[in-house]
Amino acid sequence: MGIPGRYVKEEELKRMAGVIEYKPTAKYAYSAGQALSVFLKGLREGKIVGRTCNSCRRIMVPPREFCEYCHSPAGEWVELPGTGRVETASVSYISARRAKLREPEVVAIIRLDAPGYRGDEPDFPGIFHRLCGVTEEEVKGGKVFGARVRPRWRPEGERRGSITDIECFERW
Amino acid sequence: MRANVHVKDRVAIVGAGLTLFARRLLETPQELAWEAASRALDSAGLTLRDIDCVVIGSAVDAFDGVHMKGEYLADGAGGFSKPVIRVAVGGGTGVMVPITAWWHAASGLCKTVLAVGEEKMSHAYPHPQGVFAYIWHPILERPLGPNLIWIFALEMAKYMHECRVSKEDIALVSVKNKRNALDNPHAQAPANITVEDVLKSETLVWPVQLLDISPVSDGAAALVLARESVARKITDTPVWVEGVGFALDSSFWYNRDLSYPRYVEQAARMAYKMAGIERPWKEIDVAEPHDPFDYKELHNLEGLMLARRCEAPKLLREGYFERSGELPVSPSGGLLGMGNPIAASGVMKTAELFWQLRYEAGARQVKKSLHKAVANSWGDLMQAGTVIVLSR
Amino acid sequence: MRAAVLGIGWHGFRPSVPELSFAEMMYEAAVRAYEDAGVEAREDIDVFVSCQEDFWEGIAISDEFAPDPIGGVMRPTMTVAGDGLQCVGQAFMMIRSGLAEVVAVETHAKPSDVKTLQGVYELALDPQLRTLGPGNPLFPAGLDAVAYMKRSGAEREHLALVAVKNRNRGLRNARAPHAARITIEDVMASEPVVYPLTAYEIAGYTDVAVNVVIASERKARELKGEPVWLEGIWWSTEVGSGTMEWHEWGRMPSMKAAAREAYRQAGISDPRRQTDFAEVEDRFSFMELLSLEELGLAPEGAHRLLEAGHFDAKGGYPVNPSGGSLSLGTSFEATGLVRLLEAVLQLRGKAGGTQVEGERAIVASWRGVPTYTSIVAVLSR
Repeated sequence: MGIPGRYVKEEELKRMAGVIEYKPTAKYAYSAGQALSVFLKGLREGKIVGRTCNSCRRIMVPPREFCEYCHSPAGEWVELPGTGRVETASVSYISARRAKLREPEVVAIIRLDAPGYRGDEPDFPGIFHRLCGVTEEEVKGGKVFGARVRPRWRPEGERRGSITDIECFERW
Repeated sequence: MRANVHVKDRVAIVGAGLTLFARRLLETPQELAWEAASRALDSAGLTLRDIDCVVIGSAVDAFDGVHMKGEYLADGAGGFSKPVIRVAVGGGTGVMVPITAWWHAASGLCKTVLAVGEEKMSHAYPHPQGVFAYIWHPILERPLGPNLIWIFALEMAKYMHECRVSKEDIALVSVKNKRNALDNPHAQAPANITVEDVLKSETLVWPVQLLDISPVSDGAAALVLARESVARKITDTPVWVEGVGFALDSSFWYNRDLSYPRYVEQAARMAYKMAGIERPWKEIDVAEPHDPFDYKELHNLEGLMLARRCEAPKLLREGYFERSGELPVSPSGGLLGMGNPIAASGVMKTAELFWQLRYEAGARQVKKSLHKAVANSWGDLMQAGTVIVLSR
Repeated sequence: MRAAVLGIGWHGFRPSVPELSFAEMMYEAAVRAYEDAGVEAREDIDVFVSCQEDFWEGIAISDEFAPDPIGGVMRPTMTVAGDGLQCVGQAFMMIRSGLAEVVAVETHAKPSDVKTLQGVYELALDPQLRTLGPGNPLFPAGLDAVAYMKRSGAEREHLALVAVKNRNRGLRNARAPHAARITIEDVMASEPVVYPLTAYEIAGYTDVAVNVVIASERKARELKGEPVWLEGIWWSTEVGSGTMEWHEWGRMPSMKAAAREAYRQAGISDPRRQTDFAEVEDRFSFMELLSLEELGLAPEGAHRLLEAGHFDAKGGYPVNPSGGSLSLGTSFEATGLVRLLEAVLQLRGKAGGTQVEGERAIVASWRGVPTYTSIVAVLSR
């Protein structure tokens, strides 16, 4: 008995009867909620704000209404300097839809500087973003790990309360 | 962790079946599910009439392009007029399927369970990567326009940096698994390649290159599970589900250290505890860890406590994980060799262990004596671990 | 072997809850449920189960966001793409198997976030069917309603009467945003949306999060919560949504099958006598009558008992004393748990203005168009 499943080539598929092209109509307006609204407002003002857990005292960026480790309500808001270190980085040569990019882009997780943090905790306030002014070689050689970075903000008038109000993180 | 105590009823796997895994299959998702399910039933000498309950695993509705995909798949998966449930924990779905089937049977409410994993990724057009654009946090992440490989590249880079692992070492996983797949007639990407080939392949998101990744795939895999009293009537060689475990880490993946999959360890500890395994590195005879990327096999082996932290690359280099090695890993060919129809792939890994433990794996058969085996799936935003321990 | 509904919590019950994210709603519901059950999220709960569907959320692999708000981080947490009652069923099995003693079950819905509901419903149809341009994707409900009327002899007025009974009843329920003072004449004078159903007879949408704590009997007796017993629960799928032409139109065999097994588990042979009231599927008016028949709570032609007032809150067998989905609204995969919530409050005697008498209740829900999956649970005090 043969193995079930018949492989078809893409060209073959296009010639087949009954092929349906269908583009879903699925649009959403996501509610940011209490905590992220404050965070987004902060970004518009050029600030990175976090939130402290009343129970374990950790600082959460992005801020939430609750600490997921303690399952307890979050407490006071803290403004962070925005500076930090590169936790890990990679170089992307493809777009979100797998098209080849003309210029590769460097993306990273930033471990943010925060009061009471030494910099080696397994859990930390952090941001996922692009790096600018960093070469492919610096990433591949591992030189960028631990590098000090800070946000490069978009000009005030262009900020609209989005994660993209930060253009990227840059070395300093 | 306090789950997994006082388990009452033994449950066994008594049948398994797979479709071809391929980039583009003619069959609809329902037909794929049906083909795998009927193969599994045939192998157990059962018909649909003998099945009490159905568990479906399918990871992402958007791949098949159908909302409420479990409902859509229901009769293909053999669920006509039966209790049907669909589980979904992203990439972790595959092994979650037999785990869920396990508690269906162990509860005493189903004597037999058909467990089916299906994914048809080729429906997404022009490329399945487009679907991954929607897995992100819609406010914090999606505006950055990330592609899926970004985040795994970040994890791989962190692992390499932290454990001082070279690309060459990691590429060996791809070499091993694609070679193992040469013996697997269901495989999409079997090949005899070298470390050089991996290092020369297109760099997508450094450090991830084309041959570091399992190919997108269509396919389905199915298992039949039964309670002990029934299983013994079906077959003389049931394969027992000895332990199950699952865990999810925080969805804020950029707030935690990615160099080690602590959630896989958590899930593994749950499964080992239930299975009475105290020293997995000594007691496990064969493993099928999740390998959608080559580094992930190493990462998962460490999480499963089959290697110490940062030690898996060294063991790999020494041939420890070869089919003829001390601890054969991914004898099926893994996802790197088989292709990765997401939910189907974890079911496939469980099926491979079923065949290995029954010495039915043909050319892929591990030659040493086998008693205990472990498989895991991993997924979501680098946060899901699902683990199953089997024995003969 | 029964289990306990030990705690239940909710947040929302408005057509739109714009001030909270879905995760924040989940958190609010979880905190209330755990308080109600007297459990600590991070200490006492063995397994966490979430019920949700990607396209309702607008996120592929939406289960990524399940653990954080419910205390499930670094704990056994998993997601079922199904109605919340199916998740309760998973909890029931986990407890019976010995895997867990306390399971938290979560569902949430923010229909107000979905801007193209019609498009999302259409995406649930078989791709071949979509090309027919079915117009209103709720059409399968219309087909079932017509087939049901033809078989049972129910008239449009009877369907309207279900809407009148439930929408008016909901006026007593603080959680029912779609309650309304309406008459048969209002319904009959209104244009059908999907023939024969008018807008009055189709439930609206409600944003809500519901969290339920299910525990073993042993554990329930140890903890301080106020248990309602889960005596049986089962679900069934008649046909897949991809092959709806095989559905037995005008009937809901999945509900009959689910009820049969749930009753067996609960030791029920005569549900009309052995139970006292029911919260049953009514997101479309005719579904209440059809459900009652499939559940064995009425003979074929349930509309005659409806006309006689038998299913009123003061009748012989109260059905949907909460006001049903027609008053509470539907909430995607949370719909079933909303009905469970109402039944639990009734059995605890905490249903306020909608309180009816009873020791034992049936909860029955359907996953809605275009599925043929139903879930039935039996609860007792």
